[in-house]
Amino acid sequence: MDGCGAPEQGVPLPAGVNLDEQTVLAGKVLAGGTPVGGAFVRLLDSSGEFTAEVVSSAEGDFRFFAAPGGWTVRALHRQGNGQAEVTAAGPGLHTVEVAVA
Amino acid sequence: MSRENVLVSAEWVEQNLETPGVVFVEVDEDTTAYDAGHIPGAVKIDWKNELQDPVRRDFVDRAGFEKLLSAKGIANGDNVILYGGNNNWFAAYAYWYFKLYGHDQVKLLDGGRKKWELDGRPLSTEPVERAATSYTAKEQDASIRAFRDEVVAAIGTKNLVDVRSPDEFAGKLLAPAHLPQEAAQRAGHIPSAVNVPWSKAANEDGTFKSNEELRALYAEAGLDEGKSTIAYCRIGERSSHTWFALHELLGYEDVKNYDGSWTEYGSLVGVPVELGSGKES
Repeated sequence: MDGCGAPEQGVPLPAGVNLDEQTVLAGKVLAGGTPVGGAFVRLLDSSGEFTAEVVSSAEGDFRFFAAPGGWTVRALHRQGNGQAEVTAAGPGLHTVEVAVA
Repeated sequence: MSRENVLVSAEWVEQNLETPGVVFVEVDEDTTAYDAGHIPGAVKIDWKNELQDPVRRDFVDRAGFEKLLSAKGIANGDNVILYGGNNNWFAAYAYWYFKLYGHDQVKLLDGGRKKWELDGRPLSTEPVERAATSYTAKEQDASIRAFRDEVVAAIGTKNLVDVRSPDEFAGKLLAPAHLPQEAAQRAGHIPSAVNVPWSKAANEDGTFKSNEELRALYAEAGLDEGKSTIAYCRIGERSSHTWFALHELLGYEDVKNYDGSWTEYGSLVGVPVELGSGKES
């Protein structure tokens, strides 16, 4: 999956976040193509180690402040689980979608 | 120590929602989760606004804790069941805090909100009112709380467990990856600390791993069961989770939580700081 999508509407970044310096991973959790809120979204590092967890918004959005490198985003929900890989070559906004089933 | 003394299952909670003398308390950093739906009958405690001193960097004091619990309708004899988001981080912190002020009948809902939600159990938006009580707290139990001088003195002698993520331990990140990375303190970890991320003590659904798994985890990381242990993280909440695993589940005797954690230590002048992954043992 391409980890460098164009910025789009999602969870607004907090004021003061500098995308020249911060590596932001953001995206949506989907079930059958429909955004899923209330999913537990876990960020795992390149060795599979847990790094952070957030809950997806009502529109299915999630966001992490990470560091350059390869990451796995894994989502848990009553409707099922799923995961996706994303590579952040450097600072900026990197988008990824996670389908649960 | 028996798990039943310190943990309850989601199933138990659902069966005991109406049991007299049992009070469910949701503890979060962001209480919008509670407001959008909570375990029926549960009251909320706001970690930041209700458990922290509004001015100084410290807890609310004994009188403040008494006032808080009285207003929440929690009595000295109540069985308090704590749960929350973030894999029970702040609920574990509150658990430690209840113990600190001498409330013995307190347990955690294993898995917290996450397990409850993944199970599809009921959530309520009904306002919860409990009659006020006259709660009496004890003096803080210093045997479970570590301060900075003790932490510096523990370098190379006691078990120091840094429960942050590997990248925070190594000095690559200053905060968990769901938070912005600006902070004043230096990055790194306390020399001689071993890195056992809090998450290794939990299953994916937020429940604690078995005692056998936990014992193997800490032994493999090089924790000496015969030594005293101090756990720390960034602000003391994730280390409460590990303190719970070591002290309440495994029954290690002398385990303290350093609530000042990296936010304090990484700001101290003149203390040793180590970068990188540290020594593997």
